[in-house]
Amino acid sequence: MSDDHARTARELIVRMCANPEGGHLGGSMSMVEILVTLYRHVLRIDPRRPQAPDRDILLLSKGHGAIGLYAVLAERGFFPVELLASYGTPDSMFTAHPNPAVPGVEMPTGSLGHGLPLGVGFALAARLDGSDRRCFVVLGDGELQEGSVWEAAMAAGAQGLDRLVAIVDRNGLQISGDTEETLGLEPLGDRWRSFGWTVLEVDGHEPDRLRTALSRIPYTPGRPTVLLARTVKGKGLPYIEGQARSHYVRLTERGHRRARAALMRGERTETTCPS
Amino acid sequence: MSVVTAEPPVPDEARAAREVYRDVLVELLGEDERYVCLDSDTGLFSATSWGEGARRYLNLGIAEQNLMGVAAGLARSGRIPFVNTMATFAATRALEAVKLDIAWNDLPVRIVATHGGLSAGHLGSTHHALEDLAVMRMLPNMTVLVPADGPATESLVRAGAERPGPVYLRLGRGATPSLAPGAEPLRIGVAQSLRRGSDVTLIATGPHPVLTAVETAEELARDGIDVAVLNMHTVKPLDREAIVAAATGTRGIVTVEEHWAAGGLGSAVAEVVADLGAACPVRRVAVADRFAAGTGGHRHLLARNGISGATVTEHVRRLLA
Repeated sequence: MSDDHARTARELIVRMCANPEGGHLGGSMSMVEILVTLYRHVLRIDPRRPQAPDRDILLLSKGHGAIGLYAVLAERGFFPVELLASYGTPDSMFTAHPNPAVPGVEMPTGSLGHGLPLGVGFALAARLDGSDRRCFVVLGDGELQEGSVWEAAMAAGAQGLDRLVAIVDRNGLQISGDTEETLGLEPLGDRWRSFGWTVLEVDGHEPDRLRTALSRIPYTPGRPTVLLARTVKGKGLPYIEGQARSHYVRLTERGHRRARAALMRGERTETTCPS
Repeated sequence: MSVVTAEPPVPDEARAAREVYRDVLVELLGEDERYVCLDSDTGLFSATSWGEGARRYLNLGIAEQNLMGVAAGLARSGRIPFVNTMATFAATRALEAVKLDIAWNDLPVRIVATHGGLSAGHLGSTHHALEDLAVMRMLPNMTVLVPADGPATESLVRAGAERPGPVYLRLGRGATPSLAPGAEPLRIGVAQSLRRGSDVTLIATGPHPVLTAVETAEELARDGIDVAVLNMHTVKPLDREAIVAAATGTRGIVTVEEHWAAGGLGSAVAEVVADLGAACPVRRVAVADRFAAGTGGHRHLLARNGISGATVTEHVRRLLA
């Protein structure tokens, strides 16, 4: 089931990248299973009532993955899929970074390093309210080079915000290439643990494992949880997977046909996540 | 120029605006559950008894970017956070979070910034804030308030607390005298007239600039020069009517502020006059385009950088020459 949702979302992402403006393809494709799992199985949300006061919160801190979020929101029924056709056209609400005018988008993000501080704020508010609302923040791995992420990580650990969950889309790549060759993040799990977080590691393209990990929040009472999801940048398009050049792509008509064909063959493609 | 080696005494009734603010904030947190106090280890609240509001005081440590983002998340969840830091850290270090997380979303966060202008004195340029009014007033949705004394602080904190959207409140550090005892509570966006006059209008913001303007106007009156004084406690939204009246009703405007000359109150006033097309000269008393000259206490630095009655007097006399 979940595979169908993911494939539909990927088709929508690819279609947006075939717009003359192109789009952030690689980092949108890498987090599809993460977002589909959240919106299908984890988040307490109602697509018909996107502002319901008791909803869970999802913040896409790696805001350049907006087309991935739009695709999953559309697929989940927050708005008609057809609306996505306006992406890349003048005055479209589907901006290249998340626009809160789009049903289901909580906050505008995209300057990296803003999502986790916001998430700490949502989590503190929920605690003051006595609410069991949870807040999930999806971060890029390159984004973890921003210092504000660690200010927030420290605050969340100190405050013991166990309903705050960070999910790192650990695709291992940033614009210039390997994160470890640019500004290394490892040992990433140890870093989060030392900030007071419980660390889970999972294959970010395995819906069942993602679901199992995310269904147990709060995972450790009194501690925030980070899920390090090992993923592949550009996942679903074998000829571009795991390559930094998948970061921003403008697909020609021919390129779009090729991408769609690759997604159709998707279940036969085997890829390995970086360990 | 003689060197001032010690700060002159201030009158007994003088109180530091930040202490007035703190006391009002304790009352506000006790009155309304929506209010939250977010501290960045300023020390201002070390001895504070919060009573009812104790759960809603959070010291988030020395991390101003996170501070602003957390405030936005709380505000988006229905709370009204008072965020506490020094003016320069709010306006520069944490600016992107203020711009994107707070201002863009038009969230009711109250950024209370102490050590405005040169009030950090001998702590030096790391702690002076000579850019904050320019930075904050250029942000869409932001209200920018600068109380000039204790009573003004109380009325602007209360008015700012209830205002929609984000508010930046600039406070100083030390005690300053009450300027208009018994005055009506200030209204956001409405300049306070402290003196009527027909020759030149002084428009000032902040404790020392307003005090300087009032004292200088009294001195000039003894020479038969009739100078009006406006306390422009709201830098944004600016009281355009008051500025238009000054531009059309007097022969010139002199602005006084503890801020760099670029972008602050003087620039804001000049923009209004330019838009009006009035043939009214505007002279700015502000810190020149350099990091503050000299070292030492607040009052010394004000004098050393020309934020003084002598500078104001010189401008007024030239305008009337």
